[in-house]
Amino acid sequence: MEQYAIEMLHITKRFPGIIANDNITLQLKKGEIHALLGENGAGKSTLMSVLFGLYQPEEGTIKKDGVEVKINNPNDANDLGIGMVHQHFKLVECFTVLDNIILGVEPNKMGFLQKDEARKKVLALSEKYGLRVDPDAKIEDITVGMQQRTEILKMLYRDNEILIFDEPTAVLTPQEISELMQIMKNLSAEGKSILFISHKLAEIMEVADRCTVLRKGKYIGTVNTADVTMEQLSAMMVGRDVNFHVEKKPATPGEVILEIDNMTVASKVHKNNAVKNVSMKVRAGEIVCLAGIDGNGQSEFVYGLSGLEPLVSGSIKLHGKDITKASIRERSTMGISHIPEDRHKHGLVLDYSLEDNMILQTYFGPEFTSKAGFLQRKNIRDYANRLIEEYDVRSGQGPITVSRAMSGGNQQKAIIAREIDKAPDLLIAVQPTRGLDVGAIEFIHKQLVAQRDAGKAVLLVSLELDEVMDVPDRILVMYEGEIVGELDPKTTTQEELGLYMAGAKRDEVKA
Amino acid sequence: MKKVLKNPGMQAFLASLICIIIGLLIGYLVLLIINPEGAWESITNVIKNFFTWSKPKTQLKQFGNTLAKTMPLLMCSLSILFAYKVGLFNIGAAGQYVAGACASLYAALAWGWGWLPCMLFAIVCAGVLGAIVGILKAYCNVNEVISGIMLNWITLYLTNTVLSKVKEAASPYTLYLDDVNPSALLPNAGLNNLFNNNKYITIAVPLALIISIAIHILLSRTRLGYELKATGSNKNAAKYAGMRENTNIILTLIIAGGLAGLGASMLYQTGYMRWECTQSSVPGMGFNGIAAAFLGGLNPIGAIFSSFFIQHITDGGQYVNTNFYSSQISDLISSVIIYLCGFVLFIKLTMNKMLARSEERKLRQLKEAEAAAGKEVDQ
Repeated sequence: MEQYAIEMLHITKRFPGIIANDNITLQLKKGEIHALLGENGAGKSTLMSVLFGLYQPEEGTIKKDGVEVKINNPNDANDLGIGMVHQHFKLVECFTVLDNIILGVEPNKMGFLQKDEARKKVLALSEKYGLRVDPDAKIEDITVGMQQRTEILKMLYRDNEILIFDEPTAVLTPQEISELMQIMKNLSAEGKSILFISHKLAEIMEVADRCTVLRKGKYIGTVNTADVTMEQLSAMMVGRDVNFHVEKKPATPGEVILEIDNMTVASKVHKNNAVKNVSMKVRAGEIVCLAGIDGNGQSEFVYGLSGLEPLVSGSIKLHGKDITKASIRERSTMGISHIPEDRHKHGLVLDYSLEDNMILQTYFGPEFTSKAGFLQRKNIRDYANRLIEEYDVRSGQGPITVSRAMSGGNQQKAIIAREIDKAPDLLIAVQPTRGLDVGAIEFIHKQLVAQRDAGKAVLLVSLELDEVMDVPDRILVMYEGEIVGELDPKTTTQEELGLYMAGAKRDEVKA
Repeated sequence: MKKVLKNPGMQAFLASLICIIIGLLIGYLVLLIINPEGAWESITNVIKNFFTWSKPKTQLKQFGNTLAKTMPLLMCSLSILFAYKVGLFNIGAAGQYVAGACASLYAALAWGWGWLPCMLFAIVCAGVLGAIVGILKAYCNVNEVISGIMLNWITLYLTNTVLSKVKEAASPYTLYLDDVNPSALLPNAGLNNLFNNNKYITIAVPLALIISIAIHILLSRTRLGYELKATGSNKNAAKYAGMRENTNIILTLIIAGGLAGLGASMLYQTGYMRWECTQSSVPGMGFNGIAAAFLGGLNPIGAIFSSFFIQHITDGGQYVNTNFYSSQISDLISSVIIYLCGFVLFIKLTMNKMLARSEERKLRQLKEAEAAAGKEVDQ
């Protein structure tokens, strides 16, 4: 009989109106890297919450080393040696790495901290697994990759045997990703069992031994990654064949729509400018991608462009007209649409119904507001229904669904419908596919290309390498607030792109 | 039955009712602990309020008094709930109410203004107070609760100082409006006759009801309401959509302040009360408005009923038998009930959870039954 570190057998977890996990079995062998693959809403998070004792399943059992266990809360999970690196790190920013690692299990004598011992253990562990971290550095000063390694050390320090990684590569650069893959392999070689949650197929193929696929709360199957192709895996996940490659005709750029000249935007977090003297042109009928690692000034660039933040210097022209001082509303009515980076922060009023969010940019127009200032509810409902139909936005109760109750992919579709239907001349799409599943990504990419083919200027800001390589006609790489390279996606490679993104290579770029 | 329970309006109503019942039970318990002998009589008197009187005519007149005091409370609760819908907790309503009292009384007594100018002046002054909170919030990110509370006290002592100029020589109370300037009294418009000639029943009553409905329409049907609620719910999204979120915050607090100020004018300009210039605590009207707003399910129409109920209980407190209890007990009982009123949202949440659970159970039973039936067929 096979030896399993942890077994989740026939787990069923229901929520009102939905079965989040329907008879799901997940068996994690000792020392293997096991991927858990599924689209958003497939039930991965629910299953992990069951494993962590946050939810109690209605049916099914959990076994550790073949013995049935009951996990009532996260402390039980911790006692069983289960640890997790969350997608959003749980670290205290102003503490050092070492302080974060020992947090909650502080070694002490009569209440006085005994850090020396802990430091020795941490150093030994990071040596053993190749986790290069400085235990005395403060979290706020170190890179995201190092923060992630701190999280890994936290698990190792607690002698966890079962390590769960929840979408760990979402925040990393290509170089950091390959480092993480190596670390995961080291860990499994030392006998740790790893559960790797992801929807990135390439990473799963590279690092995982086996893969369990979930779809819409149901168990689809478990396969050896050596026996399957990426296409087969994705078909299991989505339930149909998916086209990875974005189909598009060659671009036919027309007149200049957007012209940015020496734009400088201040940073909110530090004293330096976040965007420094950036100049660029975006023409009608082309998709330009602003690529770069998260936090290199892309967000501030978009804030400056959309009017959310004032410029320190420089100018912005739309159709040759200076809009540097124009308000957000003016820019919007002049033909800029903006799919924001953070759909919960900027894109939606979550407590509003879907139809009220559909008119967020246009509610003041004569179609939706009468002269006396009353909302035209019927027009709003008709308009929302049309967009829901055209863009296939799915929700429980149609236009009156509270936006908060919708899935991330459908929230994003609603925003995209709203912004594209405004018929903009310039469409700014900031990470439009973040956190979405393959099917939704395919849909959104098609929409972007359709906009381009309709003669609009599209500015795509993306952190996803596949997207950067596949969708745009031109790539501009941003590093520390400056444009350091212009690349042609047809001729460049991911490696070259990575070098520009990491600041290892730069050209003089003219707008 | 389930369908009825799932209706949000019904839920709000039930939740409010449950809060009231729990509040009354705890109030009764307190009375029992202090002195079991008079407890039942006292608690029933609190509920009965003006019905404690035997003559129907007296009942009617007393009912009028409660009604007259309900209107300022309703205005305060509208002030709170309006700001709350825009994501602001206007605890400064208490001070804005005081500012309204100060403005209307001073204009009436010192300057001899008529009732309408006095009322408008009260709205403006209270609105200015709201604007201060709003400006601090919008441009300096000062929490509106902190600045609101501090302004409450500043306004109270300022009001004591200002109104001392128009107070009676022998007492700390302001002069009688009836004597000095009857033109500042709100017109009765014949409504007093409906309540056994209760002169405190004025146009304030219909005015307050109309304003409740107006606020309801403003919030639910207009572009301004759409913008304000969006700003309150997600300031960033409002900014992204090109709304001027700072202007909206200030505008909201001006309107909220104006409502509270109008409430004060609706009470003091009936002559029912005079200002006591040695007061050392902010009148509770603004604070009770918080409870009324929540008990009314944060709905302007619900606020009409909740305000009446809270005023009814507060007035009922004076019928607690003082042979058995000290006179402060009335405040204690009504405050226990008002305190419980704040739990409406909590009760609503619990109700929803229970509904969901029972549904889940049913679903499972259905499935099991189906499975069993399936098995039989197989065999």
